[in-house]
Amino acid sequence: MTRTVEHHHVAPPPESIPTTVVTSWKAPIAFGIFTLAALALAVFAPRPGETTYRLSLPNDVIQLPEVTVSVMPTLWTVVVLLAASTAYSAWLVSSKRRVPLWLIVVFAILFMFGFLTWAGSGASLPMIGLLFGSLSLAVPLIYGSLAGVIGERAGVVNIAIEGQLLAGAFTAAVVASVTGQPLLGLVAAMVAGMLVGMVLAAFSIKYFADQVIVGVVLNVLVIGLTSFFFSQVLAPNAATLNTPPRFDRLPIPVLSEIPIIGPVLFRQTLVVYLMYIAVALVYFGLFHTRWGLRVRAVGEHPQAADTVGIKVNRTRFWNVALAGSIAGLGGTFFTIGSGIAFNQEMTAGAGFIALAAVIFGQWDPIKATLAALLFGFASNLQNTLAVIGSPVPSEFMLMLPYVVTIFAVAGFVGRSRPPAASGKPYIKS
Amino acid sequence: MSDPTESRGDAPGANELDADVALEEPGAAAPEKGTAATAYGPGEVPPPSRWTTMLNQIATGNAIISVLAVVLALIVGAIMIAFTDERVQEASGYFFARPGDTLSAIWESVSGAYSALFQGAIYNFRRDTFTAGIRPITETLTFATPLIAGGLGVALAFRVGMFNIGGRGQMLIAASVAGWIAFGFDLPWGIHMLVALIGGLIGGALWAGIAGVLKARTGAHEVIVTIMLNYVAFYLVSWMLRTPGLLQAPGSSNPKTPAMKETAIFPQLLGPQYNLHFGFILAVIATIVVWWILSRSSLGFKFRAVGINPNAARVAGINVKGMYVYAMLISGALLGLAGVSQVLGTVTTGFTAGIDAGIGFDAITVALLGRSTPWGTFAAGILFGAFKAGGFSMQAAEGVPIEIVLVVQALIVLFIAAPPLVRTIFRLPDPKAKPKRSRETVTKEAQAK
Repeated sequence: MTRTVEHHHVAPPPESIPTTVVTSWKAPIAFGIFTLAALALAVFAPRPGETTYRLSLPNDVIQLPEVTVSVMPTLWTVVVLLAASTAYSAWLVSSKRRVPLWLIVVFAILFMFGFLTWAGSGASLPMIGLLFGSLSLAVPLIYGSLAGVIGERAGVVNIAIEGQLLAGAFTAAVVASVTGQPLLGLVAAMVAGMLVGMVLAAFSIKYFADQVIVGVVLNVLVIGLTSFFFSQVLAPNAATLNTPPRFDRLPIPVLSEIPIIGPVLFRQTLVVYLMYIAVALVYFGLFHTRWGLRVRAVGEHPQAADTVGIKVNRTRFWNVALAGSIAGLGGTFFTIGSGIAFNQEMTAGAGFIALAAVIFGQWDPIKATLAALLFGFASNLQNTLAVIGSPVPSEFMLMLPYVVTIFAVAGFVGRSRPPAASGKPYIKS
Repeated sequence: MSDPTESRGDAPGANELDADVALEEPGAAAPEKGTAATAYGPGEVPPPSRWTTMLNQIATGNAIISVLAVVLALIVGAIMIAFTDERVQEASGYFFARPGDTLSAIWESVSGAYSALFQGAIYNFRRDTFTAGIRPITETLTFATPLIAGGLGVALAFRVGMFNIGGRGQMLIAASVAGWIAFGFDLPWGIHMLVALIGGLIGGALWAGIAGVLKARTGAHEVIVTIMLNYVAFYLVSWMLRTPGLLQAPGSSNPKTPAMKETAIFPQLLGPQYNLHFGFILAVIATIVVWWILSRSSLGFKFRAVGINPNAARVAGINVKGMYVYAMLISGALLGLAGVSQVLGTVTTGFTAGIDAGIGFDAITVALLGRSTPWGTFAAGILFGAFKAGGFSMQAAEGVPIEIVLVVQALIVLFIAAPPLVRTIFRLPDPKAKPKRSRETVTKEAQAK
C-alpha cells in the first residue's frame, strides 16, 4: 500500500526505483587506443606544413575566411585533448558513471580533425564538399536504418533492407523514366519497398517462418528479379525504360545561406528533405505517441500487449510494411535522387551497412542516424583524400569506417540489447 | 539472433533431432514403403494405420514440401521467362485471334530454357559420346564444391545460434593465403598442396575467429562484425593485389596474382577433359566431418545445446563463450575451404579480388535450404551447383539471363521456409490433423474385416 502511495507522489515512476548503473571500461580503453594512434602519427609520421580548411563555396553570399592551421602544433594539441577526454572518461567510469554520448561524439570529431589536418598537409580541404558528400552518401543508409529500427522495435528483424532499397531504386527508375515524373517514381518506390516488407511480414507473422531466413532470401530474390528484368527488359529498351529524370536541387531560401550548415543541409533534393522529416517523425512517433508505445510494446512483450488489447500481429504487419516503404523511399536516392540509370545490384551492400547502423545505433532512430552519417562521412573522406593526395593507401581509408565500426561495436556499444521479442514470432495460444 | 533451424512454422514443438533424421535421409521414406507392405504376416495384428501414416508422413513431411517448393519455384521461373520472351509478346498481340500461337510460343520459350538448363546441368543429349554427354554433371559438381564447403560453414554457425554473413571475407583471406603459398613457394608435389590448403583453412578460421572472440569477450554482435570484416578483407586483399611484392604478379600492373604452381594445384579427378577437381572430395570429407562433429562428438552436443538455449547450456556447465569461438573458427575454416578450392581448383591462373564470386552469400541460401544439417547442405549445394552450371548454358543457348537462377533459388528457400503456404497451394493435409485421420482409417479397416 505504502508503495503505491509513494508512486503517486513521485512523478515518473521508473526513476523512483533505484537503478544500478552498469559501468564498463570499454569506452576509456577504446579512447586510449585512438589517443595512442594519434600519438603514434605525431611521433612516427610527422608531416610539416600547413593544412587549409575551405569553409565556403565560391558563390556563397556570406564568405567565411579559409582556416589555415599548421600541422604539427595542431596535431599535438589534439593529442593532448584526446588524452584529456580519455582521462575524463576514465574518471567517470571509476566514479560509477556512464560515459555520455556527447563525449564520444566530441572525441570522434577531435580525432577526425587531427587526422584530417595530418593527412591534408600542404593542401586545402573543401569542407563543404566533404560534408555535403557525406550527407548524400548517408541518405540511403539513414532511410534503411529507420526501416530497420521500426521493424525491430515492432519485433520483426528486417534483414531485407538491401532488397527494399534495391526494389525502390529499380521501380523509381522505371516509373520515373516512363512517366517523366520523378515524384511518381518516388511513390512507386515506396509501394515497391512496402511490397517487399509485406512479403517479409506475411512470411514471418502468418507462416512463422524464420525472419532471418526470409530476410536473406528476399534480398537474393530482389537482386535476382531486378537483375533479370534489367538484362531482359531494361537493357534493350534503355531509352524508354531506364533514363530516369532526377530531382532538382531545391535550395531553401534563407536557411541555405547560413555558412557551412546552409550549403550542406539546405541545398539538397526532395529526397533529403523528406529524410529530415522522416527521422524527426520516427523519433517523435516512437517515443511520444500512442503508435510508438504500441510498436514498442509489441516488440518488447507481445503477450502483455495482447493482454491489454493490442492486436499484436496486425500491428507488426503494418509496421513492417511501413518500414519497407521507408526503405523503398531511400532506394530512390540511387536512381532518381542522383539521376543515374538503374544498374544490377547498384545498392552494393548499403542495406547491410544500414543494418549495422541499426545495431550500432542501439535500435534508436537518432543514434542510428548518427551511425549512418558516420559511415557516409568515412566513405566520402576517402574520395576527398584521394583528390588531394593522401599519404595512406586508398584501400586503408576505405577500410577505416568498417574498422571503426568493429571497434565501436566491441568498445562503445558492447552488449547492446535488442528489443526483447525481436525475431520471435508471436503465436497466440 | 535466434537459430534459424529452431523455429519451424509447421511444427513449433518438433525437436532438433527429429529434424535431423527427416532431413538427412530424404529418401528414407521410399524404401520403407516397400517393406511396409510386406511386413505383416498372417495372424499378426497389423498396425493398420502404418500405411496411412506413411502416406501422411510423405504428404506432410519435409521431403514432399522440398520437392513441391522446387516445382513451384520452377513454375514461377517459367512464368517470368515466358512473359519476357519477345516471341511470346508478339504472339500475345493477336491472342484472341489465334490463342494457339501464344501457347506454343510460351511452350517453346519455357521448354527451350528448361531443357537447356537440364542439359547444362545433368546430361547433354546433343553430344555423340557418353564421355562428352556427362560433362555437364561434372560441371555441376565443380560448381557445387565451394557451395557445399561454404554452406557447411554457415550451417555449423547456425547450429550454434550464430549467423555468419562473413563468408566473403573469410573466402578472400583464405584464398589469399593459399594463393600466396601456392605461387610464392617451391615445395614438392603433394606437400605444397597440403601446406597451401592448411594455410588457407587457418586464414579463414582466424578471420572468422575475430568475430567469435569479439562476441565472446565483448558481446559484439557477430552479424555486424562479420559484415564489417567482409569489407575490411575486400579492401585488404585489393591493396595486396595491387602492391608489388605481396600478391601482385611480378611485371604486371593488373591487380591480379600470378598463376598457381603445378605442385600446388588440386589434381583433376576425371582426367583433363573435365574440370572436376580434388576439392570435391574435400567437400565430401568436410560434410562427413561436420556430420561427425555435430551428431557424434561432445563438442557438437555442446554446440547444439548452446544453439538451442545458451542460458540453459551455461547452467549445465558448458563454456558458452568458448563454443562461440570454436564454432566461428570451424565455420571460418569451412568457408576457407571454399576459398581454397576456388584458387587451387577452379581458377588456377591467378585470381583477383572477385575470386569469392558471391559464394559467401550463396552459401547462406545453401545452408538455409539444407536446414543447417550436413547432408541437407550437401544436397542443397549440389542442387544450387546444378542451377549454376545449367544457368550458364541456358544463358548461352536461349538468351535467358542467368539471374533467373537466383530468383528460382530464392523462391525455393522461401517456400521451404513456409510449409503451410506450400500445403495451402497444393491442398495437402496438415500434419496437425494427422491423429484424427489415422483413427478414422483404423475404424474403416476394422469394419472391412
